[in-house]
Amino acid sequence: MKRNDIIRIVGLSGYALFLVLSLALGFDPGKEIGRNFLSFSLAMLKILPGAFILIGLFEVWVKRETIEKHFGEKSGIRGYVWAILLSSTTVGGIYVAFPIAYSLYCKGARLGVIFTYLGAAAICRVPMTIFEASFLGIKFSAIRLLVSIPLVVGTSMLLGSYLAKRNYKLAAGR
Amino acid sequence: MASLLANRERTRSALKIAAKRFLHIFPAFLTMIILVSIILFLLPDEVISDYLGGDNIFIGVILASFLGSITFMPGFIAFPLSGILLQRGVAYMVLAAFTTTLMMVGVLTAPIEKAYFGMKVTILRNVISFFIALIVAVMIGLFFGEIF
Repeated sequence: MKRNDIIRIVGLSGYALFLVLSLALGFDPGKEIGRNFLSFSLAMLKILPGAFILIGLFEVWVKRETIEKHFGEKSGIRGYVWAILLSSTTVGGIYVAFPIAYSLYCKGARLGVIFTYLGAAAICRVPMTIFEASFLGIKFSAIRLLVSIPLVVGTSMLLGSYLAKRNYKLAAGR
Repeated sequence: MASLLANRERTRSALKIAAKRFLHIFPAFLTMIILVSIILFLLPDEVISDYLGGDNIFIGVILASFLGSITFMPGFIAFPLSGILLQRGVAYMVLAAFTTTLMMVGVLTAPIEKAYFGMKVTILRNVISFFIALIVAVMIGLFFGEIF
């Protein structure tokens, strides 16, 4: 872990130095990268605080039993349906879904359901799909969803049971 | 807000959890933002359009799925871009490969995924997602009559 920290610090300072030098010397590619960095950071800042506050509220208010019942080992096929419905309301990109999936897991959701949630958060967010259909047509979106959702659920089940057999556990306290 | 009215103590601890979680994952997010800023410079939209507009549809699909995997683009940019490419005659199949890998496969979001789920799961999930995207592209190609 220590070595990784050093690599990270060196990388970060190299990047920062590169941006500062580019700005000072008027090196255009560096300025362009700096602009990308700023605009993307701003986009993140709009979404992330809200997402993490919701995660905090979720941790405090939602009972473990509720999650176990609907997303856990005994939830059966309904767990997958809930995961897809929940994912369709996700805002932002898959990067917002990672911490949410992790919180669900900590509250007792099973692995297959978690992976379904992640996959579905990538492909069937409602606002995004409407947007997609308006540019590429309803037929395109319909085929994409009908093909990908069963594949996501199926592979998530397989991946979940494979990892469960291997006694895979996520690191706590992230 | 409702939470604040219902119980002050619990709301405070929720905010504490939120801050702690956010700070913990912050380095991974920073890594991702840095990677994105560099990739967006190396592969701007125009370059991607050039790559996707080739003549051979199968090479197009392979290129599109690799580009979709390594780049990062929010939907409100990706779909209008796809709409423009469609009008320029790019196949639905190529666009399906591009948008689906863009959504499901994340080389750039891997630092975050790894921090939560570990390296092995991150690789497995992304490889599986890549193949799902290829299958989606082929099915789109079949339904739109682009393969036969």
